[in-house]
Amino acid sequence: MTAVTERTRQGASPAAPVRTPSRRRRGIADPGRGVAYVVAAVVIVAMLAPVAFIVIGGFRTNAQITTDPSGFPSPWQVGNYLDVLTGGTFWRQVGNSLIAGLATTLGTVVLGLMASYVLARYTFTGRGALYAVFAAGLMFPMTVAITPLYLVIRDLGLTNSLAGVILPQIAFALPTTIIILVPFLRAIPDELEEAAFLDGCSRLGFFFRMVVRLSMPGVVTVGILAFIASWNSYLLPLFILNDPDTFTLPLGVQAFSSQYSVDTARVLAFTALSMLPALLFFSLFERRIVGGLTGAVKG
Amino acid sequence: MTLRESGTDAPTGGAGHATAGGDAIASPPAAASAVRRGAARQRLEIALLVGPALVVFLAFVVFPIVMAAYYGFFSWQGFGPPTDFVGFRNYLTIFQDAAFLDALRHNATIVVLSLVLQGPVAIGLALLLDRKLRGQSLIRVLIFVPYVISEVVVGTGWSLMLQGNGAVNDLLADMGLGGAAQDWLADPDVAIWTLLVIITWKYVGFAVILFLAGLQGVPEELSEAAAIDGATWWQIQRSITLPLLGPTLRIWAFLSIIGSLQLFDLVYIIWGQYIAATAGTSTMATYMVANGRTSGSYGYGNAVAVVLFVISLAVALVYQRFVLRRDTAGAVTTAGGDR
Repeated sequence: MTAVTERTRQGASPAAPVRTPSRRRRGIADPGRGVAYVVAAVVIVAMLAPVAFIVIGGFRTNAQITTDPSGFPSPWQVGNYLDVLTGGTFWRQVGNSLIAGLATTLGTVVLGLMASYVLARYTFTGRGALYAVFAAGLMFPMTVAITPLYLVIRDLGLTNSLAGVILPQIAFALPTTIIILVPFLRAIPDELEEAAFLDGCSRLGFFFRMVVRLSMPGVVTVGILAFIASWNSYLLPLFILNDPDTFTLPLGVQAFSSQYSVDTARVLAFTALSMLPALLFFSLFERRIVGGLTGAVKG
Repeated sequence: MTLRESGTDAPTGGAGHATAGGDAIASPPAAASAVRRGAARQRLEIALLVGPALVVFLAFVVFPIVMAAYYGFFSWQGFGPPTDFVGFRNYLTIFQDAAFLDALRHNATIVVLSLVLQGPVAIGLALLLDRKLRGQSLIRVLIFVPYVISEVVVGTGWSLMLQGNGAVNDLLADMGLGGAAQDWLADPDVAIWTLLVIITWKYVGFAVILFLAGLQGVPEELSEAAAIDGATWWQIQRSITLPLLGPTLRIWAFLSIIGSLQLFDLVYIIWGQYIAATAGTSTMATYMVANGRTSGSYGYGNAVAVVLFVISLAVALVYQRFVLRRDTAGAVTTAGGDR
């Protein structure tokens, strides 16, 4: 058996080096790479200027900002950043955002994966309808449901608790998750499943031993999407969380900026710091996020 | 070998052990009961696996929307069961309220101008960047940065920059363009354009990334063949690339339209709930929050939610019927079809 595979591998190898020549070469009358570089530079400056304004502004004093609103810090002050970092508010809100984000991600992935497995690999009456119910969730954005959703959460006694944010976020993340994961799970070859059954693996055993591992790339993508959505979420926490101790970072930024509305420099420092985790997270998983978004859109 | 055989039997609920004669000559009743038991087992598995997701989804997505439709018929302050049934009065009030009609008009403006402003810019950028460039992935990441930053940060940063004595006006003065300085946020003639610039800044990167992904699906051979036949770069883009990018463009436009109709965060953060109306940037969603929850009229707020939903749904269905129909893939299309 091993001998056969080795031979086929060797047989296949001579074909591998034959590459399609100049796959990426563009047509003849290309208006030029130079233009592309110039435009890209201009666009990137436009994209980053407001971000730079926030970050650099945090290094200035209010006096500097008043006398020259668009200038650079002279001298650079780290006081604003130190104030924010040593005060408890920022870290408590980072903690709340982290808890909400991780719990939302975990819940979305676990519930979404289980449901997607059934929708992808079981045949039963009503499967199409079930898929349609979840997919139709895309048509119900949270904005529309927010008022009654608040009432449901209030009746469950979950206002001012992170659970009141986490559960709806899981529910609203499920449609995208299922739409991304179902094709993924469907692509797992039937032979693999049959082989597992022959070896005495039950359907559930197959799910826990094989499916979870094989669908890792899709799981990571939906997990990241759920985490970023939760991290940036504003409307739902605005309705559910009124106690400043439970504020997540977006609510915290807004509360901070109205509380210290005259202390512009400190607001800028707080805002810059709150943006940092998302940017860090994004640069770590950039490839997957971009891939996941395009995958999600293409369905 | 024997090991494997017993293994085969396991998933069918051990029915094989009962029929000692082996798999091939299993007596009909036993086989039928095995099938039935298998079916029961499968139902149990399905319930176990789908159940939690379905419960959460029904409780926090479907149920609130059903309740919104119900509460919308009451005048209700949100405490105790609603008793003051008012029929369609809330809906009449909504459509007679000039503030709501203004908000609706702003939403319509944002829908149209988002497409008009972001579409061409994003297509141009995607076509320009769809070639081998040094630092290619860095360029893409940097263009995408505003999309990743939360609306709250974007709103806070921009509103500080755009204040009357803020950085933007100061920069204009430094460049000798002091005359172009504006009251960017409060002037009703200017504010909606300010909002559109911020929206474009925040979301155009998403469109570019989407289009770049779509361009990956356009076969190189076609444009190469056209180039050999003497087509210019512009002709190739217009007659080959753009039509083949069609499905991506249509999906993007759909997402953009729905997003514009639901716009809330940016407006609420930059303009607050009351100033938005006077600055001419209020949307249906900010109207809903200001006149529903904030003023304690939950019945009315729910009615606004229903109107917002019906408008979004109608737009989505019309769009799918006439624009997306050709692109078979896509879950939204499937959902619409099974309706």
